[in-house]
Amino acid sequence: MNASLKKQLTEPLWLRVVLITLTFLFLAALVGLPIVIVIIEAFSKGWGAYRDALTQPDVISALKLTLLVAAIAVPLNVVFGLAASWAIAKFEFRGKQLLITLIDLPFSVSPVISGLVYILLFGAHSMMGDWLIRHDIQIIFAVPGLVLATIFVTFPFVARELIPLMQEQGVEQEEAAVLLGANGWQTFRRVTLPNIKWGLLYGVLLCNARAMGEFGAVSVVSGHIKGETTTIPLYVEILYNEYNFVAAFAVASLLLLLGFVTLAAKKIVSRQERGQHGH
Amino acid sequence: MGIEVRNIGKQFGAFAALDNISLSINSGELVALLGPSGSGKTTLLRIIAGMESADVGEILLYGAAANNKPAGERNVGFVFQHYALFRHMTVFDNIAFGLTVRPKETRPSKAAIRERVFNLLKMVHLENFHDRYPHQLSGGQRQRVALARALAVEPKMLLLDEPFGALDAKVRQELRRWLRRLHDEIHLTSVFVTHDQEEAMEVADRVVVMSNGRIEQIGTPEEVYHHPANAFVYDFLGNYNEFTGWQENAGSALNLIDYERQTDAPAGAKIVKVFARPHDMDVSKTDTFGGESIAAKVMHINPAGALVKLELERVRNPGLLLQAEISQDAVLAQAIRKSDVVYVRPRATRIFMNS
Amino acid sequence: MKSSSTVLPGFRLTLAFTILYLLVIVLIPLAGLFVRSATLSADEFIAAVSAPRVMASYRVTFLAAFAAALINAVFGFLIAWVLVRYKFAGKKLCDTLIDLPFALPTAVAGIAMAALYAPDGWIGKYLAMMGLQIAFNPYGIVVVLAFVSLPFVVRTLQPVLQDLDKDIEEAALGLGATRAQTFWRVLLPHVAPAWITGVTMALARALGEYGSVIFIAGNLPMVSEIVPVIIVSKLEQYDYAGATAVALVMLLASFALLLLVNVLQGWSARRMRA
Repeated sequence: MNASLKKQLTEPLWLRVVLITLTFLFLAALVGLPIVIVIIEAFSKGWGAYRDALTQPDVISALKLTLLVAAIAVPLNVVFGLAASWAIAKFEFRGKQLLITLIDLPFSVSPVISGLVYILLFGAHSMMGDWLIRHDIQIIFAVPGLVLATIFVTFPFVARELIPLMQEQGVEQEEAAVLLGANGWQTFRRVTLPNIKWGLLYGVLLCNARAMGEFGAVSVVSGHIKGETTTIPLYVEILYNEYNFVAAFAVASLLLLLGFVTLAAKKIVSRQERGQHGH
Repeated sequence: MGIEVRNIGKQFGAFAALDNISLSINSGELVALLGPSGSGKTTLLRIIAGMESADVGEILLYGAAANNKPAGERNVGFVFQHYALFRHMTVFDNIAFGLTVRPKETRPSKAAIRERVFNLLKMVHLENFHDRYPHQLSGGQRQRVALARALAVEPKMLLLDEPFGALDAKVRQELRRWLRRLHDEIHLTSVFVTHDQEEAMEVADRVVVMSNGRIEQIGTPEEVYHHPANAFVYDFLGNYNEFTGWQENAGSALNLIDYERQTDAPAGAKIVKVFARPHDMDVSKTDTFGGESIAAKVMHINPAGALVKLELERVRNPGLLLQAEISQDAVLAQAIRKSDVVYVRPRATRIFMNS
Repeated sequence: MKSSSTVLPGFRLTLAFTILYLLVIVLIPLAGLFVRSATLSADEFIAAVSAPRVMASYRVTFLAAFAAALINAVFGFLIAWVLVRYKFAGKKLCDTLIDLPFALPTAVAGIAMAALYAPDGWIGKYLAMMGLQIAFNPYGIVVVLAFVSLPFVVRTLQPVLQDLDKDIEEAALGLGATRAQTFWRVLLPHVAPAWITGVTMALARALGEYGSVIFIAGNLPMVSEIVPVIIVSKLEQYDYAGATAVALVMLLASFALLLLVNVLQGWSARRMRA
């Protein structure tokens, strides 16, 4: 390509500078500043206040609850994601496209509604309410409700990541394994899993970030009982509404850290994936 | 008997992929399934391997009914067109896979596996590549690894699905000959699918020509080429010229209407299509055939190859082309050049009653 | 590549599990919403979903979500273009930051935005001097919705711009088109389906958002109250029927958008094949 044609294929320098500057300004204002202010506000009363805020028993129990909820919701959705992507990517059947659309459904449901549907199912005034009360089972305003709402909002993450990946890889390697005498589990563990591990990991990370950070859905089913049904994001709200800004931002900084870890892990995963495909 | 296929049928929706296929393959034989795409050859191979199931019919492997036998227990080695190597495993691990997935009781020891794998690597000339990954190998090397992997489990049959289809011409040639030699050494009952007639002719003991889910002919390369059962086989196995002729009745002498000295068909004679291969054409600059020839203009001369290929256009019927392949010497001796008018005459012809 | 197999095991098991899990977690609970709203009479339903305060919340929610989607339509295109086409220092950082709204819990975004734009906040202070206020009114909602829906447009456009054949542009130039003509008549039609899909996805995300909005919106009835807030406040008053009715309206709107996204993707896939 000659130089003048190359020049015509891009914008003049001044325009490029303007566009890049606009990008920086927009991202700085919309994404950069919020990050900065969380950190500054969290440390505005010094390291001691920050540490005190994070070592409150209520924070510790909120942290434990958040981890517990994620530890139940994420593995369940991983199992679901693997099963769904295996069925969808490796086999042909009628209604497949509908199934894919239904799996994506929770993404287009407002988190508040995701919580609401479980209240309608399991709440005191619900269809199952009487039965649950008679058997002394509490789902809403308790941990099971938090777990269910979290599973709902994080439902599609793993499946969504794996389906296109496994579709692209086709079935030949698995067929070869079966013909060589491998059973189903060996085929999955030794052939399929190594081929999808980075995509799976990425799906798990996104699922986990959302599970730990979910606000709307868990807010509706939580009942906001401090030390019992308050996850970290809900606790941020409580502190904020109590005008305890330092503590609110200190706790929020934990969630910011979760966000950074997720982004960093995404970088590593996509680099690994490129390494695996890059030939 | 190695592989016996009895009255196999397979539908995909309204499309009959296989229609009443029967075929016997002797043990130790190397057979090619040859046909255009959509002829059902790959489906047949996959049914033999157990990767598809037939709607009707029976498969017998070494005399035992195999219809309900899972693919993994049929004792077949399968080689895929696109290799299907496990891309996250080294060459060694790929080849060892079939042995390492065996249950503990039948799994060879680590040392035995190692020995087997290195023997196979030697056989496919890849001794020094054991710790490479598939993406570090060329296409030909990958296909040899795939072959070694299939052979590692000591199958009783080897099935190959367009094994050289994804390779470039030179590597294809090499691998073909190598496969033939390998087969002569180990005598494994083998079936390979190809759409390349030259490949089938060069490698196979017997060729099964298929089209539209049916078998058109089974025979040695010699038989199918020189004694094609029908027009399809004749057409599929090479280029040809087509003439119109007439015959008093089946078996009597053939007369070509296309000749310069026209012989119109008498009433009651049967009009037939007559075929001749380009290398069965005599070409002369002067009409030495006494009018039993066709005048044609040389449009193009392709000198590459053992025979010179001439592209000709009939003088009397411009637009109707003819092809002829004659020796370099004949071209030189007669000084045939582009735009010359020559006289051609089929030396050996063939008619198919059903066409 | 062939993508169906009869030799691989586990089809029935995995498909049965997939459908069962989908039914239990998603479909039955959502169906419960429809069933519950059916217990309302038509008049009750209409009264619940068309009360003035509810109507106002529809307007606020849709307008704010739409404004946020438009902002992202413009800046998302700009950012995707800059990230794909230009080389500059800090590009990797920008590319990483795009995903932050996916990774950052919405409550954090909410309190951070509130702290920035409150009248005594970092930016709010200066805006107040100019007589502008963003927090505790619909403008604040637009800002946080722009944040949470930022990645959609960029991430759907990026691969399409990346795959765009330079040859097409060269060909256009070779045929004598100016750069502007090339952009409008060659590039834009090519990326339009992905662009529209991205904007629609951003809109869908913005419509349902709750966590980040409540901190900055002020949630003033008739002014800056979004639909999810209405649902929550009805729940807090134990007006389950009312909450359900409003939720149903919102759910149907989301499904309509989802359908639109699917249609658009089908359309662009067909166009790409052609």
